[in-house]
Amino acid sequence: MNSNKKDKLFQWIAGIVLTLGGIMFVLPFIWMILSSFKTESEVILIPPTLWPQGFTFENYKNLFENMNFAVYLKNTLIIVLFSFFGMFLNAMAGFGFAKYNFKGKDGIFFMVLATMMIPSQVTMIPVYLILNKLNLTNTMLGIVLPGLVGAFGIFLFRQFMTTIPDEIIEATRLDGASEFRTFVQIILPVSKPILAVQAILAFIGGWNSFLWPLIMANDEKLYTLSVGLSLLKSQYGGNFALQMAGATFMVMPIIIIFIIFQKNIIENYTTSGLK
Amino acid sequence: MKGFTSRKAPYLFIAPAIILLSVFSLLPIFVALFISFTDMDLAGLADYSNLSFIGIKNYINVLSDPVFLKAIFNTLFYVVIGVPLVILTSLSVALLINLGKAKVFKVFRVVFYLPSVTNVVAVAVVWAYLYNPAFGLFNYILESMNLSAIPWLTEPTVAKISLILMALWRAVGLNMIIFIAALQGIPRSYYEAAELDGANTWQQITKITLPMLRFAIFFVSITTMIGWLQFFEEPFIMTKGGPLDGTMSAALFIYKNGFQLSNFGYAAAGSFVLFIAVIAVTLVQYKVQNKESDY
Repeated sequence: MNSNKKDKLFQWIAGIVLTLGGIMFVLPFIWMILSSFKTESEVILIPPTLWPQGFTFENYKNLFENMNFAVYLKNTLIIVLFSFFGMFLNAMAGFGFAKYNFKGKDGIFFMVLATMMIPSQVTMIPVYLILNKLNLTNTMLGIVLPGLVGAFGIFLFRQFMTTIPDEIIEATRLDGASEFRTFVQIILPVSKPILAVQAILAFIGGWNSFLWPLIMANDEKLYTLSVGLSLLKSQYGGNFALQMAGATFMVMPIIIIFIIFQKNIIENYTTSGLK
Repeated sequence: MKGFTSRKAPYLFIAPAIILLSVFSLLPIFVALFISFTDMDLAGLADYSNLSFIGIKNYINVLSDPVFLKAIFNTLFYVVIGVPLVILTSLSVALLINLGKAKVFKVFRVVFYLPSVTNVVAVAVVWAYLYNPAFGLFNYILESMNLSAIPWLTEPTVAKISLILMALWRAVGLNMIIFIAALQGIPRSYYEAAELDGANTWQQITKITLPMLRFAIFFVSITTMIGWLQFFEEPFIMTKGGPLDGTMSAALFIYKNGFQLSNFGYAAAGSFVLFIAVIAVTLVQYKVQNKESDY
């Protein structure tokens, strides 16, 4: 009885501590959203208002009418599409490593994993020089190529695809299907769980992409939302409501997608992250 | 595997990814090493005949550059303060969530994970507003509690800590999930046995949970440390490395010298110093981990 009471007390304390911490964790988001609907004169009021005096969409309108955010959005979506393509390449490589025996397989796979250790600060200057040599700086292709495939994605696909029974593949081979058709028509559908997670992560990664567009794009025409927002911050440092609208516009789609798919994302780490 | 097509197939499947990884991850290392011994700049970029070998001069210069030394110091500061903070916070949150029995505790997983998925630029913009000395929420809260305002981003040491706090906020989520996954892997029977022996919750945590989490803690500390060594976006957006280079990180130093000053050779030398640090940290941690598991 006594230990039961103690346990209950502990549950309450844990709940209260987590609630307080949780409030602190979402506070920046709440402040960001509320401020984005305030006027520029209201966001610098002392004392600040919590709830906007009158909701205004002026800041959002401003982003699209005067600030090129439509162009940034278009570029960001193009990058997202490319990251889906990159995910497909990762899946192909994962399949190659999972279901075939070939010469040099272990060595190549080790090399793939080793690339995870290389910091982007080491590669960013040489990659810029390489793309410059290929005349790809300041092009969309130059922005997406360096981050198109990733060792971690290949690794996760390989892990999942090794669990697919060989019999399924053998059966389609006997039916005379080509290797590539086997991959597209049999392997990909079976790999739906991992594809779903990877697609969400590819979307988030593409949507948030910052470093390569920052380095490769000399031209505002190729800026992504992230780069555009950092430009906005340095050019309109005092326009906090405008900045908050830009930040909200970037963050909200991700938060919504994350909340819808949080189970898949969190479970992905739970099952594949540490085993 | 029969037939010609099937023998060629694996290479075709892995070829696109391997080519891209080779060109954009492996080849760059050799290119970086090569240009770090040259005076590559805009003139060298335009015409390679302007390049000349200068031996280890870049390395000597960069290691005696006061800004680079400051950046190294700051980066160590981020690592030494940041890594334990991230581990402690995410482990505590994970333990509390894992011990909770009510359904509400699942909601906390989402709440604490949320900052991890959001865009670092957007988040840095928001925090710069929160930290603003005149109009920011944080100083307003402090002042309304009759505490003195804090120069969040305007005093070199405080600014480093402010950046760490923001990065901590973003880092907790993912690491918490890793810890929760590891916690759920500990067999229930261990705790039941300990309970029979009369061990209380605290004893169970220190005698069972923490030792069992050794690998997760190792994994998190390595990835976190490498992350801090590459700390870039936060100082880039919020402080541009200032005040007085007080938040300049090694990564930001490399970016600035490479892409704002176009001293590619010099920046490449700096990046190799950083790379060696990353490798050294990983190896040392790995050795320590191996030693510990000998027990």
